[in-house]
Amino acid sequence: MRVHFMPTCLVDVLTPHVGEAAVDVLESAGCEVVVPAGQTCCGQPAMNVGMVEEARQMAERTIEVFSGSDDPVVLPSGSCAEMLTHHYPRLFAGTEHEEAATRLAGRTRELTRFLVTDLDAPVRATSEGTVAYQYSCHGLRGLGLAGCADRLLEDVERADFDGMECCGFGGLFSVAMPDVSAAILEAKLDRLEASGADVLASGDVSCLMHLEGGLRRRGSAIEVRHIAELLAPEDDE
Amino acid sequence: MSQPVTFVERADRLLGTPEAAAVDRGARHMTSQRQAAMGELGWAQELRDRVRQVRLHSLSHLDRLLAVFADRAEEAGASVHFAGDAAEANEIVSGILVRAAARRVVKGKSMLSEEIGLNEHLAAAGVEVTETDLGEYIAQLAGDTPSHIIAPVLHMTRQEIGRLFADKLGVPYTDDPVELNTIARSALRDVFLSADAGITGVNLAVAETGSVIVVTNEGNGRFSSTAPRVHIALMGMERIVPDWPSASLVLESLARSATGQRLSVYTNVITGPRRADDPDGPEEVHVVVVDNGRSSVLAGDTAEILACIRCGACLNVCPVFRTVGGHGYGTVYSGPVGAVLTPSLHGLDPWADLPYASTLCGACEEVCPVGIRIPEMLLELRRMAAERGHLPGWIDRGVRTYTRIASSPRRWGRARRLARLLTRPLAHGGWIRRLPGPGAGWTRHRDLREPAKVSFTEWWGRHGA
Repeated sequence: MRVHFMPTCLVDVLTPHVGEAAVDVLESAGCEVVVPAGQTCCGQPAMNVGMVEEARQMAERTIEVFSGSDDPVVLPSGSCAEMLTHHYPRLFAGTEHEEAATRLAGRTRELTRFLVTDLDAPVRATSEGTVAYQYSCHGLRGLGLAGCADRLLEDVERADFDGMECCGFGGLFSVAMPDVSAAILEAKLDRLEASGADVLASGDVSCLMHLEGGLRRRGSAIEVRHIAELLAPEDDE
Repeated sequence: MSQPVTFVERADRLLGTPEAAAVDRGARHMTSQRQAAMGELGWAQELRDRVRQVRLHSLSHLDRLLAVFADRAEEAGASVHFAGDAAEANEIVSGILVRAAARRVVKGKSMLSEEIGLNEHLAAAGVEVTETDLGEYIAQLAGDTPSHIIAPVLHMTRQEIGRLFADKLGVPYTDDPVELNTIARSALRDVFLSADAGITGVNLAVAETGSVIVVTNEGNGRFSSTAPRVHIALMGMERIVPDWPSASLVLESLARSATGQRLSVYTNVITGPRRADDPDGPEEVHVVVVDNGRSSVLAGDTAEILACIRCGACLNVCPVFRTVGGHGYGTVYSGPVGAVLTPSLHGLDPWADLPYASTLCGACEEVCPVGIRIPEMLLELRRMAAERGHLPGWIDRGVRTYTRIASSPRRWGRARRLARLLTRPLAHGGWIRRLPGPGAGWTRHRDLREPAKVSFTEWWGRHGA
């Protein structure tokens, strides 16, 4: 099967290794991966603060970039996938782009959803340590991804950790109200450390950027991994 | 003392305090109570769908339902008054009290009375008002405001309440909840028996019979509405449902969502004043139906928030509410519902920052017994705030610049390389510990990865080739 891959802006700039792992997973599952040129950002940061016109501009570009085929568009990020799935059709409701936005929304698959529902889970995560999984709110509540992650994590030992509670990131919230965001984070990290987890994983790089940043500041030994990294073939490290 | 005017300023005073810790504990406890009560129900999802239908239907027929309600209530002997705004509502209430020569008033919990500032108005008119809900009574004694629509003093510990009672009521210190309750009960009993009038809120009004429903756990609502000569029920105009089957659905959901009870201890139904053969009850019943911004909300993009049944479940699950507490929100309506309701009712000036006091995690919508799409409305309010120039300049400029960069892959590539170059001197071993400017807030608490040497796009260029 051929898939179009959208690394997302954060992966492109800050964590390309996550994108590489995702490509490895997809290729080892037999997919032909295409990364259409000209990708930047889906527009979620602008949407998040209410700057709808700016969000629309970025969305329009994204729609254009992926317009060449009907292949699934796979993203290693629940919140960006939710942006494409739910917000794009609304942003263009009643405009000439509505149909294209709706078509792209229908093709959009967050990585774990794609692996589980389109490919019937051809790979399973591996980890030597116990894994605490942060479901990440937009993927969890916006896209209903909990079951997909759980299926892929069947073979690893899970830490007793409430991964369904928000980590306090919230996009620009984490910069606009940094102390409130960090207070939520600290409580979350206290619970994470108390869980005895060796690895913290998630399907969302943005939450991980926030959680990992906090763990590093604490000098914690807990490793942080995107779920793609737990799924990728061994030789990746 | 100057009052903090922004959410961030108020939050700064609350973060990490014993008050915030008490809120977190209390909110988590209420959430688990609710889960248990909904879990045993077996038809929770159907209940939610039906309550949503009832509430949305009621809102879309509000004018007709209010007219029917007023007719039926007056047939039953009550007087129904309509108030356009807070000042009018306050005047109506003080007018009723003056005509009835009522000087001492007991009040059962009414968030609406807090919204319109009734206590201050009545105090200025020389009327003595005593709060009778235990939490509100404690808040009143402490000179504090409620921080939670169901649990007004969720932010206080029982030790604080013990010290308050010892100080204000001259009783020996105790922090035993049962003893504290007994102290409040005996202090309030005399007030109840000597009151000339009682004021309560209204949880629901039933149009078909002109009844108002007041739900409490302590019996103060029943006492306030039956012992004094005059009962005034203050009701937000959206509190109405058409009929009893609808009301019973909402009640089923309300108690379970609010406190994890199957039904509140007291569900009072008031249909007009005391009748000839009634053993007790008030001589006069007045229902004051208050608009105070609601009809303009009804016509706008956040109308759905008026379907709220005030259970407080969204507060209890909200990570921001749990961390900051209700006083961070600056008005009587706190948490996610408050972040939508306050700017909707009272305007974005000065409340434009409330819709931003959220991570948009969606726990509020998930828990809401009416399925109100709170995150969507927060985004809608953010859109209005951004459009009307309420965004801080650095966010507005930052997003505009970012959008320009993201609109061209070439600019994107150049900006990425520039970002790496500029942050190079700040990074150690791949991580940045301190950023200047708007990024300083981030690095106050967290490290940040430096931009990667080879971007994904560049890697793919080689990998794909």
